[in-house]
Amino acid sequence: MSEITFRIYRFEAGKDASPRYDEYKLALEEGDTLLKCLNTIRGAQDGTLAYRMSCGSAICGSCAMRANGHALLACKTQAAGLVKNGVIQLDPLGNFPVIRDLVVDLEPFWSSLRKVSPWLQPNLADEPARERLQTPAQFQLIDDVTTCILCASCWSDCNVLEVDKKFLGPATLAKAHRFIFDTRDAKGRERMEKITEPNGLWDCTHCGECSTRCPTETKPLARIEETREAVMMAGITNSPGARHALGFRESMRWFGALNENYLPVRSVGFFNIPGLLGIMPVGLRMMLKRKAPPMFPHWIDKVGEVKRIFKRFHELRKNVGGAGTKTDGDD
Amino acid sequence: MALQYAFFTGCVAKGAGRELLTSTNLVCKKLGIELFEMEDAACCGAGVGGEDNVMVSDTVNARTFALAEERGMDIMNICVTCQGVHKKAQARLAKEPGYMARVNDVLKSETGREYKGQAKVRHFAKILIEDYGLDKLKALVVKPLGELKAAAFYGCYSVRPHEYSDLKNPDDPDEMERILEAIGAKTVNYPGRLKCCGFPIIMMNKQNSLTLSGSVIRSAKESGADCLVTQCPLCHLNMDAYQPEIDETLRMPVVHIQQLIGLALGYTAEQMGMNTHIISASGALASI
Ligand code: SF4
Ligand code: SF4
Ligand code: SF4
Ligand code: SF4
Ligand code: FES
Repeated sequence: MSEITFRIYRFEAGKDASPRYDEYKLALEEGDTLLKCLNTIRGAQDGTLAYRMSCGSAICGSCAMRANGHALLACKTQAAGLVKNGVIQLDPLGNFPVIRDLVVDLEPFWSSLRKVSPWLQPNLADEPARERLQTPAQFQLIDDVTTCILCASCWSDCNVLEVDKKFLGPATLAKAHRFIFDTRDAKGRERMEKITEPNGLWDCTHCGECSTRCPTETKPLARIEETREAVMMAGITNSPGARHALGFRESMRWFGALNENYLPVRSVGFFNIPGLLGIMPVGLRMMLKRKAPPMFPHWIDKVGEVKRIFKRFHELRKNVGGAGTKTDGDD
Repeated sequence: MALQYAFFTGCVAKGAGRELLTSTNLVCKKLGIELFEMEDAACCGAGVGGEDNVMVSDTVNARTFALAEERGMDIMNICVTCQGVHKKAQARLAKEPGYMARVNDVLKSETGREYKGQAKVRHFAKILIEDYGLDKLKALVVKPLGELKAAAFYGCYSVRPHEYSDLKNPDDPDEMERILEAIGAKTVNYPGRLKCCGFPIIMMNKQNSLTLSGSVIRSAKESGADCLVTQCPLCHLNMDAYQPEIDETLRMPVVHIQQLIGLALGYTAEQMGMNTHIISASGALASI
């Protein structure tokens, strides 16, 4: 196969004033992984190049880096598919301080994980004689999420972390899901209350980077969606995100459509005066441009059908004891 | 026979972003694409519905698909959020026949309808490229957009997760640029092109939301764009209506892709609702 150029980020914290890119030429052989190429470069061309690796088989999670701007595992990706105009550009993971070259300081990742007590907390009062068993169906709930290898690829490309390092982050929210959905864990409710605090579950924008970059079946965005559903079911609705979801439910139930006058007010909270004032300017600006939604909400045709669907599920929910609808004026 | 679609407008195009509805209708009229507006379809839930209860949301959306099937048509969306939500719902239903059956049970008993898994959902841009053809569009252009430098903003629901994306190469798409070039505009590549605009958390964390949209707008501006072009009324809302709160000095017009197509097809700025934006586009459009 033809020779290609690796353009690799070089930087040593505490020594270099700014990063640079070094270029290395290498003849690709069919099936070469990115990691194999790096090993060849380090072995034959430049012993000072720093990157992490261990298992070489997508299990340890240490070789995550960015290729052409996107996070991936170097050992799980063939180099040939990454070549763009004869070049592959490698950078360290995003959203972390760089220690040297492709090695980043993962401390923010670990300290976020610690916040959600990432271990099983069963009810110790009812200690079983042998181990705590799960049925296959119960395990199914956490089958995907337990595949996380803590590689931090999701972290690297998360759009919210780019603007706010306080955000709990995708892998942490997935880890919280792992224990909330574990039938052997007894702290589900506390876990849910904890992650619905500000900078948590409801701060994710759905940008989808985490699920796209995740090399396992963990797919954090899908887990975030499931956790939000669980939180709503449990009736933990005292946060702007949950109120927003409730507002949406009500609006869809009554109008079959989104009522844009009602929803912002509901999300901010009826009694949150500073919050309500905060949504005023955009409303006024839009009114001046005749952009504000019609004062009289728009009902879709045959809205009765949609109401019946909601009602049917409301009955089901009552039967399973879900509390998500308790306080919001459902009929 | 003319192309015909069941037209899912979404709620924003009927409320705060009515210029999107008007411009889509006029553009399709000129192109000879027949739209049948789904007045009876419910809101897609914008992902929020699914997070409240995924089965309710899938059932409401299955009803929408069933309505299109009754008309014997595929669905056209004009909002990448609606498109992404519809596509995810269809994927979930297709993946598990047992789930589909349970959803259809509710649907049948509450509405007498059934989703058969036939109606396809696609965004306007995809229909334009695949069903209509950009050569045909190009042939109808009477006022090429000449000097206008347009920065396409894809909207994350159209890009990620990749498994639900309709783009050929979601990490490096060119669909919007191809449409813009067909109507004679110049396009610019800029770092924010595939980023999130932050809209979904505008009610939960306004500061983060507006930092996200602000960085998209800045990056387009630094790359020399005259305007941002969206294919989702929600991206539009966060970047246009909120722009004065982000930074008064940015003054970056944000327009719907349908509006630019309409101008190229000979409609006036007024007909395309250009005067309804918070950030005036008249300076940018003076060049065409
Ligand atoms: S979907 Fe949410 S958690 Fe995942 S990367 Fe985007 S903002 Fe971060
Ligand atoms: S969720 Fe996926 S991307 Fe994130 S750390 Fe775990 S395995 Fe890596
Ligand atoms: S995404 Fe928004 S506008 Fe589009 S239908 Fe759904 S809720 Fe309504
Ligand atoms: S860019 Fe913003 S509004 Fe547009 S699809 Fe993404 S989150 Fe939605
Ligand atoms: S080296 Fe272990 S995951 Fe790549």
